[in-house]
Amino acid sequence: MIKFFLMVNKQGQTRLSRYYEHVELHKRTLLEAEVIKNCLSRSKDQCSFIEYKDFKLVYRQYAALFIVVGINETENEMAVYELIHNFVEVLDKYFSRVSELDIMFNLDRVHIILDEMVLNGCIVETNRSRILAPLLVLDKMAET
Amino acid sequence: MKECMVRLIYCEMLGYESSFGYIHAIKLAQQGNLLEKRVGYLAVSLFLHENHELLLLLVNTVVKDLQSTNLVEVCMALTVVSQIFPREMIPAVLPLIEDKLQHSKEIIRRKAVQALYKFYLIAPNQVQHIHDKFRKALCDRDVGVMAASLHIYLQMIKENSSGYKDLTESFVTILKQVVGGKLPIDFNYHSVPAPWLQIQLLRILGLLGKDDPRTSELMYDVLDESLRRAEINHNITYAILFECVQTIYTIHPKPDLLEKAAKCIGKFVLSPKINLKYLGLKALTYVIQQDPNLALQHQMTIIECLDHPDPIIKRETLELLYRITNGQNVTVIVQKMLDYLKQSKEEYTIINLVSKIAELAEKYAPANEWFIQTMNAVFSIGGDVMHPDIPNNFLRLLAEGFDDEKEDEQLRLYAVQSYLGLLEEEDAVYPQKFLQVMSWVLGEYSYIINDEGDPEVIMTRLCKLLKKTFVTSETKAWIMAAITKIASLNRGSKTVDKLIQEFSTSLDTCMRQYAFELKHLCEDKDLMKNLLPRDASCNDMVVDASLSFLDGFVAEGLSRGAAPYKPHHQRQEEKLSQEKALNFEPYGLSLSSSMSSSGFTGRQSPTGLSFGSDVSGNSTEMGQKEMSSLKLDGVKKLWGKDGYLPKKESKTGKEDKLEAVPPGSTLGGNMVDHPLSEADQEVVSPSEEEKEKQQLASTLFVGLASNNAVSLMGKADTTTQKFKRKSKISETQNSEEAPSIQYDATLSFRPLPEAQSNDNENIQSTEHVRLRKSSLSSSEVLEASVSFKRPQSLTEAGLDAKLPDCRLSPSSLFADNNIEVFQPSQVIPSVVASKASLIPSLSEELANNPHSEAVELCSCDTLAVNLCKVWTDDCLLLVLFVANRSSSALKNVNLVFENSEHFKIVEGLSYHFPVIKAQSLESCQKSVQMEKNCMQEILVGSLNYQLEMETGLEFSVTLSLTDFIRWLIFHLIQMANEH
Repeated sequence: MIKFFLMVNKQGQTRLSRYYEHVELHKRTLLEAEVIKNCLSRSKDQCSFIEYKDFKLVYRQYAALFIVVGINETENEMAVYELIHNFVEVLDKYFSRVSELDIMFNLDRVHIILDEMVLNGCIVETNRSRILAPLLVLDKMAET
Repeated sequence: MKECMVRLIYCEMLGYESSFGYIHAIKLAQQGNLLEKRVGYLAVSLFLHENHELLLLLVNTVVKDLQSTNLVEVCMALTVVSQIFPREMIPAVLPLIEDKLQHSKEIIRRKAVQALYKFYLIAPNQVQHIHDKFRKALCDRDVGVMAASLHIYLQMIKENSSGYKDLTESFVTILKQVVGGKLPIDFNYHSVPAPWLQIQLLRILGLLGKDDPRTSELMYDVLDESLRRAEINHNITYAILFECVQTIYTIHPKPDLLEKAAKCIGKFVLSPKINLKYLGLKALTYVIQQDPNLALQHQMTIIECLDHPDPIIKRETLELLYRITNGQNVTVIVQKMLDYLKQSKEEYTIINLVSKIAELAEKYAPANEWFIQTMNAVFSIGGDVMHPDIPNNFLRLLAEGFDDEKEDEQLRLYAVQSYLGLLEEEDAVYPQKFLQVMSWVLGEYSYIINDEGDPEVIMTRLCKLLKKTFVTSETKAWIMAAITKIASLNRGSKTVDKLIQEFSTSLDTCMRQYAFELKHLCEDKDLMKNLLPRDASCNDMVVDASLSFLDGFVAEGLSRGAAPYKPHHQRQEEKLSQEKALNFEPYGLSLSSSMSSSGFTGRQSPTGLSFGSDVSGNSTEMGQKEMSSLKLDGVKKLWGKDGYLPKKESKTGKEDKLEAVPPGSTLGGNMVDHPLSEADQEVVSPSEEEKEKQQLASTLFVGLASNNAVSLMGKADTTTQKFKRKSKISETQNSEEAPSIQYDATLSFRPLPEAQSNDNENIQSTEHVRLRKSSLSSSEVLEASVSFKRPQSLTEAGLDAKLPDCRLSPSSLFADNNIEVFQPSQVIPSVVASKASLIPSLSEELANNPHSEAVELCSCDTLAVNLCKVWTDDCLLLVLFVANRSSSALKNVNLVFENSEHFKIVEGLSYHFPVIKAQSLESCQKSVQMEKNCMQEILVGSLNYQLEMETGLEFSVTLSLTDFIRWLIFHLIQMANEH
């Protein structure tokens, strides 16, 4: 079960956050700060899974951007680790060479993509073309 | 608008409250074009939570979109439903969504299944009727729909695996197809076919095959296949392998498969990739419970991982070691864990690890020394964040010991020695919990090393701690209790004297309280020994939490017209509504009730009960010796942590006696007033306290109601705890009580204000208890002889405390007017059944006036003189009761007051009783006026009577200015009221 999905850059600025369990607003900022601190303190040769409080963090770094996923005991860390990469691949395909700026200026689209992939803390779709299908339809309609 | 909404999402994401925009999100979802609608739905799902009130506004939009002919709109609506939807509105959309299950587009069917999954999560019973539709979804020709239904099945099988065994074959077939690459190519991820789908299926199979050989049989093949196929060197295949291994070890084992899985784990563990290593350790941890031998194969790797630079890997290795700990390796493993603990700073890790170490140490400790040292480390590192069960369990282990008495002794000996060593170090700072454990152990068991060690030394070390600033008051309470216990085993000690001296003037009321208690206990060594016996912390105590033994008492109180119990807040309200003027009452009230509780405490001291806790021993005696300090004492008592337990005994005793008093005796009235309400309170509140108590019980019986000490919880609490302990004895007692009641009563019913007589009585009652101790089978004997002193001392003290107030200001006189305060006076020293007629009681007419309680002025074998002051409207009335205790009538009894320059007795100085019958009571009234102003003067008188020879009894009455002012004030108040 995935608890939250975060994209935070090295400066600690949140670029995207999605919680699958309700968390109070002020606690979110605290949590995000702690999480990124934890991730930043680790070097490249250390493992990508961190035990944090009663759940685990799986993180992956892309340039200056960290993608951190909070999961509970029952989830398979490696599967989530690869899910992150899958997500990035999808973004890459949609934005063609995605960058942090793409995410900043298309927050709604990134969210829509993520919603297709993860729902209620479960991985529901990993097929790239199927993930993007609804969004592409929307884009086409907006053009016309 | 859409741009605004995205910005709002941004704001929320950065932590700024933007609730003002929520409604616009809903509006956007309602009115916008397609893209705007999608953003509106997105914002709603991000902003609102399940129970948000605005969510209801969304329902209508969702229903409308679900019925739309535009597939994109339907899709959006289904997406938002599967993200967030109000539970109570499910019926409104459920039929629409069911329809969508037959939709021709796979994406609609898939999203419909996802929406149903959401419904299943939030309201499983609402979708019960469509379980067969889930099956249809599972067999859907589209992979996506089937995959979506797997989420529902995983959830349902988690809850009840036996209900879905028949589907095993379907799952196996699906997995076979997936593994075999039968899916469309675009489901591949790095040329691995639908890896997340495989993982999901493996999980389901694991749940189904658990402890079920027959079902497991079905899946062996496909698992084998999965293991074989997953050979490409990519992370995602490792994820599948990991899941596979877990499943293989979960289901009914097949040796062949296990071997392959073990090999797989080996690959993981040995991998240079750190993430894989982690995964391997995790798998090993899981597997090792079934097959410890696997750990042996990877011994060296595990050892390497222990010294791995990455703390996460270390942590995982420790977790693994924790699972394989046994009697032989415990020393090393715990050592490793402690090493890790010392570097760790995160609180959560510390708490977690500390409790694991404590558990291992208790389970497998190879030697006493090691155990104590390990626990020392645990306490000093875990400190105050660790779970309170750890010190509690440790102390219980020490106290209860094992089967072998010698072994216990050694363990305790070692503990004491080690703690002494630790305390010796200057400037060492230990966590509070550790200090508490140390002081308890030293207090309880330091006698073991007394042969070689000097108790003085131990006490000095403890005393030193008391002066340290980092020691909290709770810990100080523990330390004080320990010192008291050590002191009880040794004759006079300079350290103790010094300590008493030092803390008798402490500003900390608790500390001062302990110092006083210690002081008085030191003055009475026998009592102290009784109170704090050696090594008795394990004696059982039976507790009647319902306080049923008080039922009779309460009923009796009620039948005498006592007001039924009202909860505190209700009383508070009533009081507030009644009082318009300044509220002085709480002082009076709290004083009297505190007195009563101190009465309880005091009385129970002579019990032979063995709980070290009752340090408060003879506070009553003390109180009566030092009238001036009485008030303070009583108050402090509440907060002190005196015994938790023996309390109820005194209560029981009293209750019994009460019943012995004839109805109509005024004692009942008194009881009803404060103590009863208190008792009632107890009856009501214990359930709440109970829990807390139970939790603390193991440490509490040692004598340290730590929580009381710190939180100054107030009397209700303290007393409750005491009462709860009302043991089995209360029953025994009822039967055995009868004779002793009489005995006690005769002893104590005479009001004896002087300290001397109190002491006497005390000694007697102590002896009495000892006698009964032998006669009762139970080793713990109740103090039955709780005398009537309590009500009396209560009023006495009450008055005493009040008089100075009167002098201070007229306003406090007003407080005196309070019924609360004067009620006890009706009480009048009471007498046991046979002597009912000797109870001095005022005539009804006089009793309506404010009056003091009757005080015994003098007595001899034949006569007793009691005095009651009555403040009438115009003067002070002295009512003298002369009771004839002998069996023959007395004739010509003369009562004469000596002339006083200060007072004038209106009716003349003498009074003549022609005859006083046997066992009866006569009274005379004298109005006294003040001739000359004075603060306080003594009026002397004598009583002469003829019995074989002329006998005279002298007595004196102390009258103070306030006695005369008093009626004046009442008068004034009354006048004021009338106008």
